Amino acid sequence: MKSELTLLTDPVFLVLLRMIHLLELQSVVLCAGPEAVNVTCEETYPHSSMDWFNQCSRMEKAQSFIVNILPDCFIVGCPYLAVHLSPAIPVFAVLLFVFVMAMLLRTSFSDPGVLPRALPEEANFIEMEIEAANGNVLAGQRPPPRIKNVQINNQIVKLKYCYTCKIFRPPRASHCSICDNCVDRFDHHCPWVGNCVGKRNYRYFYLFTLSLSLLTIYIFAFDIVHVALRSVDSGFVNTIKETPGTVLEVLVCFFTLWSVVGLTGFHTYLISLNQTTNEDIKGSWSGKNRVQNPYSHKNIIENCCEVLCGPTYPSVLDRRGVMLEDSTSPTPSDASAASTHKSSNPVSQTTKSSAPLIPNEHTPDEAKPSIGAGTQKSTSSPKEEKPPSPTSPNAVAPAVIKESAH
Amino acid sequence: PADTFHNLQELRHSASLATKVFIQRDYSDSTICKFQTKFPAELDSRIERSLFEETVKTLNCYYGEAEKIGGQSYLEGCLACATAYIIFLCMETRYEKILKKISMYIQEQNEKIYAPRGLLLTDPIERGMRVVSFANTWDVFLSVGTTLKELCTIYKL
Repeated sequence: MKSELTLLTDPVFLVLLRMIHLLELQSVVLCAGPEAVNVTCEETYPHSSMDWFNQCSRMEKAQSFIVNILPDCFIVGCPYLAVHLSPAIPVFAVLLFVFVMAMLLRTSFSDPGVLPRALPEEANFIEMEIEAANGNVLAGQRPPPRIKNVQINNQIVKLKYCYTCKIFRPPRASHCSICDNCVDRFDHHCPWVGNCVGKRNYRYFYLFTLSLSLLTIYIFAFDIVHVALRSVDSGFVNTIKETPGTVLEVLVCFFTLWSVVGLTGFHTYLISLNQTTNEDIKGSWSGKNRVQNPYSHKNIIENCCEVLCGPTYPSVLDRRGVMLEDSTSPTPSDASAASTHKSSNPVSQTTKSSAPLIPNEHTPDEAKPSIGAGTQKSTSSPKEEKPPSPTSPNAVAPAVIKESAH
Repeated sequence: PADTFHNLQELRHSASLATKVFIQRDYSDSTICKFQTKFPAELDSRIERSLFEETVKTLNCYYGEAEKIGGQSYLEGCLACATAYIIFLCMETRYEKILKKISMYIQEQNEKIYAPRGLLLTDPIERGMRVVSFANTWDVFLSVGTTLKELCTIYKL
């Protein structure tokens, strides 16, 4: 009994600290939620290569919650339940946890369906087409907005022109200002996962939220069972003294349940109507005067099947190339070889496909020193030393020595 | 020399603009991958309408087959989900298999039909599945030749 108490006091403090952390994170979820990302195309800085480092740090939010809190919940009760009920209980929890982590990693590191920017020739071709269509615009008059109308299932859908990517966005695509890319079937940019959710990774995102809800419910239920069984043996008050951690964690799970299950329920509703979060928030298909959703099959099962069991679309990003201002890209044979070769190896694809996405917090100029600071701290300092004293050989010499040491 | 250099740049620029024709996506059938079969005026003198239409229709068929939602795609999806998508390490998806077929078809079409007519068809996957482009290979040679000639005059070779 005494040894158990000393063992448990530590987890109690840990859980308390993490509960505070969780509440902070929860407030992030409530505020951010399924964001309707502002479609601003003013920023035209070049599409540069992604760094893994920033992607990992963004994903940490979800990971820290799942990895730290949920297992803690269970580890306290595992031995008791395994002995008194069945060893299958913690085993299933572990399997479910592994599935949740796999889905999280897959959502976070896979290409959401980014549409690459138009190469200059294509952009010029489109510009010429637009100018031909607009005819002569009088000086001083604003040119008409660049919109194409297409008919889908007897509904008129407007395709907008993206000034950053220099393309007419396909239907359901939207430009994410955080990732600075147009994403096909754009749903939302998820801060928890640190990535956009689009055509290619929506099903992984949905499975992540679904499995996380199941995991939370499972842990909640078995924590209650654990507390109940102990109470039957030794009374409720004694149980709270023996395992205060479990009782606290029941509370934590209870509050977590609402947000995660709520999100899963919301996305289930969207899937059954074949809508995206973006469309739902903008109210594209709701209201009397608005167009009805042309993508819905009017059948819940068909909609679900299309979204969840549809084909796995290939990534069209050129992962090896870095697009520059004057857009030099690898030869077509390289790009096709890269895409077909890499798409046949999904695990490497998921890590490599994060390459072209740019970090969200920084412009490329700011990003370079931070990446440099992260990975090459030793080499950056000599460079800083050099400029202030170029003439004095003494200052330069140690800098040179530092560099040569690496 | 400055004038000739400026002319050279303009020439290269206009040659590159004239070298490519882009066939855009056809969204009338919702968001599936399909290209417009409308024959562009720029290719009027270069290729027969029927050959062009046949190529684009065959490409549309391939993409339609890849994106078909039916028994095989359900099976693949459910199996992959059950294994937490680890099975994709071993197995090639149906879409990828069809993409390989498409690139082989395009290569074959280029060799048989388009290269003799001085055109080069590019695989849509290289353009983000947005366009099928026809590049004019003869103009490329023409512009290269002209560029070399201009360079010779500049450097008085």
